[in-house]
Amino acid sequence: MRLFLAAWETVTAKLGLLPLPFFPPPQAILEVVVDDRARLGACIFASFRLLAIGYFLGAAVGFVTGVAIGWSRLANYWIHPVLRFIGPLPATAWLPLAFFIFPSSFSASIFLIALATGFPVTVLTWSGVGGVNSAYYDIARTLGAGQRFLVLKVAIPAAMPHVFVGLFMGLGTSFAVLVVAEMLGVKAGLGWYLQWAQGWAAYANMYAALLIMALLCSGVITLLFRLRDRLLSWQKGLVRW
Amino acid sequence: MVVAAAPSEGAHPVNKNPVRGTTLTVREVSHSFDLEGQPLPVLDRINLRIGRGEFAALLGPSGCGKSTLLRLVAGLDSPSAGGLFVEGKAIEGPDPSRIVVFQDPTLYPWRTVWGNVALGLEARGLLRTHRERVEDALRLVGLSGFANAYPHQLSGGMSQRTALARALVNDPNLLILDEPLGQLDSLTRLTMQGELVSLWQRAGFTALLVTHDVEEALFLAGRVIVLSERPAQIRAEIVNGLPYPRHRGDPHLAELRREVFAHLGLDAIW
Repeated sequence: MRLFLAAWETVTAKLGLLPLPFFPPPQAILEVVVDDRARLGACIFASFRLLAIGYFLGAAVGFVTGVAIGWSRLANYWIHPVLRFIGPLPATAWLPLAFFIFPSSFSASIFLIALATGFPVTVLTWSGVGGVNSAYYDIARTLGAGQRFLVLKVAIPAAMPHVFVGLFMGLGTSFAVLVVAEMLGVKAGLGWYLQWAQGWAAYANMYAALLIMALLCSGVITLLFRLRDRLLSWQKGLVRW
Repeated sequence: MVVAAAPSEGAHPVNKNPVRGTTLTVREVSHSFDLEGQPLPVLDRINLRIGRGEFAALLGPSGCGKSTLLRLVAGLDSPSAGGLFVEGKAIEGPDPSRIVVFQDPTLYPWRTVWGNVALGLEARGLLRTHRERVEDALRLVGLSGFANAYPHQLSGGMSQRTALARALVNDPNLLILDEPLGQLDSLTRLTMQGELVSLWQRAGFTALLVTHDVEEALFLAGRVIVLSERPAQIRAEIVNGLPYPRHRGDPHLAELRREVFAHLGLDAIW
């Protein structure tokens, strides 16, 4: 890491090999972060808030829908066609329509992020619930379990590994939609900052925003991993952890 | 066709609490599966009556339909023809008074041993009031120290014992065992056969064991029902009057073994 920073500093500030202003030295980025910290801070907060609300909403709706489709034939019959039609469409295609329908850019962005998250979570929850070993159900039924127990205490725990795959996929797509939605609509946020900096040709600011975005995404993914480690700790002996 | 057993010195070997078990009547049961559009008959007019507290074994070659009959008794499937009755009442679906122990223990990997054994109580909402039954069941099968272990940490014998505890904690009237020791190595199998007998004697439930192992059937059961190949019919019913605990080298047992092999068409090797 230090070697990389040193090399970068040398190539840009000292030797001027890579042309300014497109390739600022690390000290410039540091300067930006320190000088503009108030605005950057507000942007980080705005982005994170958008991501969190959109993601949780999308994940929750996706999970419930997935369980419903996986469990009930009736739900499957009605919801499946909707899913097949809306789901594969990239959420960004909805952008113009969303900003038109929803009252504020905030709610429109939330909708888009939720949509991007919801589809993979639904599909993978559905596949998880549908793939539960039927012997698990047989055993629970002979022990006197009712439908509610079968869904809540057998189907859902058994499907959790699949659900987490869906959650990770949803996180990835939600990042992409977050940045695009911010670039086009909101008043604050890292995507907005990126575009704003580009308008001024302030490349150091752009790099700073990108760096912070990378850190934020990486941090959120780590959080999700931590959650998975706790909920799926029973898999430790079964699969390569 | 019923063949009487060798005489025994002691009394008829029922267990000490015969009132606890339940009677099972299988009347003219036939069943067939649908295989590529054609019906595949697996059971052919099975008639059976098992008394309270009895330990009966269904013996037959692989694929003859024994496990299908067990699923019908458990209530997981309905027969194509005929009826099954417990204490005179028709079997309509699964019930916690009739519990199956399958060949594969199928423990829930996300639950600890304690959680798996408590499953039946939890499913019926009895866990809070009958919590101590879980510990009792674990003690019965000798797994008291492993309550917090996960299924992937258990050996084959321990998993099957957990499955047994999971069945016993619900105090079933009829315990159905579908080749429960089939996946274990022979040493563990021999030990667990002895454990099964003592559990049965202590609890007093009616036990129905399905096995393809002649030795196991003769060692454990008071009555061995020999089934033919698919579609299964009852070839013979052999009553084993030997008292418990049985000794594998008992000459009476050898006689019974010869009878059974004769019915299975394998008497040339004995």
